[in-house]
Amino acid sequence: MTQKIIVQGKVTGKVLKSNQPINFLGTIDKKTGEIIDKKHDLYGKTIKDSILIFPNGIGSSVGAYTIYSIKSNNVSPLAMACQKVDLTVASGCALANIPLFILEPDEYDKIKDGDEISLG
Amino acid sequence: MELTREEEKSLNGEHGESLQIAYRILSAVGEATDAERLVPIHWAHVSGVNYNTIGDAGEEFLANLSKNAKFKVLTTVNPMGYDKDSVEKFGLDENFIQKQESIRKSYTKMGMTASFSCIPYEIYDLPREDTQVSFAESNAAIYANSIGHLKTNKESAFSALASAITGKSPYSDLRKDDSPNMSISMKVQDPNELTFGLLGYFAGKVADKSVAISGVKNLDKRCNKSLCASMGTSGSCGKFVLDDNSNASEKVDFDEKEMQNVFDELNTADSGDLITLGSPQLGLEEMTDLAAMLKGRSFKKRCLIFCPRAIQEQARSLGYAGQLESAGCELLSDCCTCLTPLVTKKDVDSVTTNSIKGAYYFKNSNGLDVNLKPLSEIVGDETS
Repeated sequence: MTQKIIVQGKVTGKVLKSNQPINFLGTIDKKTGEIIDKKHDLYGKTIKDSILIFPNGIGSSVGAYTIYSIKSNNVSPLAMACQKVDLTVASGCALANIPLFILEPDEYDKIKDGDEISLG
Repeated sequence: MELTREEEKSLNGEHGESLQIAYRILSAVGEATDAERLVPIHWAHVSGVNYNTIGDAGEEFLANLSKNAKFKVLTTVNPMGYDKDSVEKFGLDENFIQKQESIRKSYTKMGMTASFSCIPYEIYDLPREDTQVSFAESNAAIYANSIGHLKTNKESAFSALASAITGKSPYSDLRKDDSPNMSISMKVQDPNELTFGLLGYFAGKVADKSVAISGVKNLDKRCNKSLCASMGTSGSCGKFVLDDNSNASEKVDFDEKEMQNVFDELNTADSGDLITLGSPQLGLEEMTDLAAMLKGRSFKKRCLIFCPRAIQEQARSLGYAGQLESAGCELLSDCCTCLTPLVTKKDVDSVTTNSIKGAYYFKNSNGLDVNLKPLSEIVGDETS
C-alpha cells in the first residue's frame, strides 16, 4: 500500500486521519501532542501513538523542530503517512526517526479514521 | 537518490556523527522530492533560532550538534526571541534567556553569520542569478526565488541546517523546474500591502509549487514582502511570477469574495491593545517611509517595530530611528513579530498589525486576537 518509504520502520496502530494539510508549528502542542488550531479538523485530538495520516505538510520551516520535539517529549505518532511529503515533514521525521510513508492515492482514499493498519 | 562514494561514507557515519545526521536528513528529503543527486549550494539561511519555537528538545539538539559540526558555506540565521538591549522590559523568565543564550552559542560555535533576521535578502548582497542557495524561513525562500532570481526549495529548518553543514542540497522541485502550474488572476481593485498579504495566503492554499499572478504590474518592497510571507505561511508554494500571459493549465480568480474569506479567517478583533510592525522584519526603505508617514504624529498606543540589527544601526546613523522613537515607536532587533515571546496574553488580548503571517501565528501560537489593517490605516487611526 505504500508508494514510497521515506523513513524506514514497521508499525501497527490506529489511524488518525485528517483531510487538511498540517503546519506543525502553531497547529500541534509540542509538549502534549494535541492539535491546538481551532480551525483544524483534528482540533482537540492528540497525535500520540497514532498513525497520523494527512495530505501534506505546509507552512513554517520550523515545523521540523516541532516534529523532533514531539518525539523527544514522547508524544509523537507511531508513524506518519501522506499523499505528498514536503521538506519539513521529511526532514523532521528523518531526524526524529519517525517512520514516514507516501501512500498510493487509492490506498490513501480507502484508509479511514480509526482503522487499525500496519505499515512498513 | 544517487550519492557519491564520499557522501555514502558520510551517511554511514565514517566522517562523524554530525555529517551522518546531515546526510540522513538530505537523503530523506531527496527521496521525498525524487532528487537524483545532491548539488552544491552557496548560502544557507537557517530557521530554528528562537527558543520560543524550538523548545528544550531543539536547544539540546543544537548544543549536541555544535560539539562537532561546522558550517561549510555562508550561513545566516533567523531571528531569536528577544533584543538583548530591551529584554528586561518584557519580563521573560531566566530560563528563557538561558536557553536562548545556549542556542546563540551553538550557532556561533558552528560558524554562523549573526544576522538574526528573516530578511537576509535586504541585508546581504545577493549572489548572481540562478545561484543555488538553501533558505529555510519561508518568506526568504519565496523572495529569493521570485524577486532575487536565486534557486532554493522552500527548505525546512533541518534541510537548510544539513545544507549549511554539507554545502549541498538535493537537486529537485524548484531547483530543477520552477515553471508555474497555476495562474491566479488578481481581481481586487486598489490593492495595498494587506491585500497582497491576503492574496499570498490564498495563493499558498491553492497553488503547491510555483504560481503565476496576473493583473499585477509592479509591487513595492512592502507589498512584495507581505505576499512572500503570507504565501509561505499557508502552503508549500515556493515561488511566484507576475505574468499576464502565463500558459499554466489551471486558472483561478482572487476577487473581493475570496479576499473577504481570508480576512475573516484571520481578523478576529476590531481593535488591538498594541501595534506590531515587522513580520517580516522591516528593511531600511520601510523604516524611512514610515518615518515620513509619522512626521508630526505620535502613536496613542504602544507600537513595536521589528527590524534587523544592521538596519537599526543604519537607521540610527541616518536619523530615522530617532524620528520613529519620537513618534512613540519601540525599535527591536534580532527578533520578530512572528512567534515572539514578548507579546503574550498576560499583557494584551489583541494586536493590530498589517502582517498576515504575524496574524496567523499571533492567533495560533500566542492565542491572541488580531486586528488587521494596512499601514496607512494604522497610522491614520492610531496616531494623533
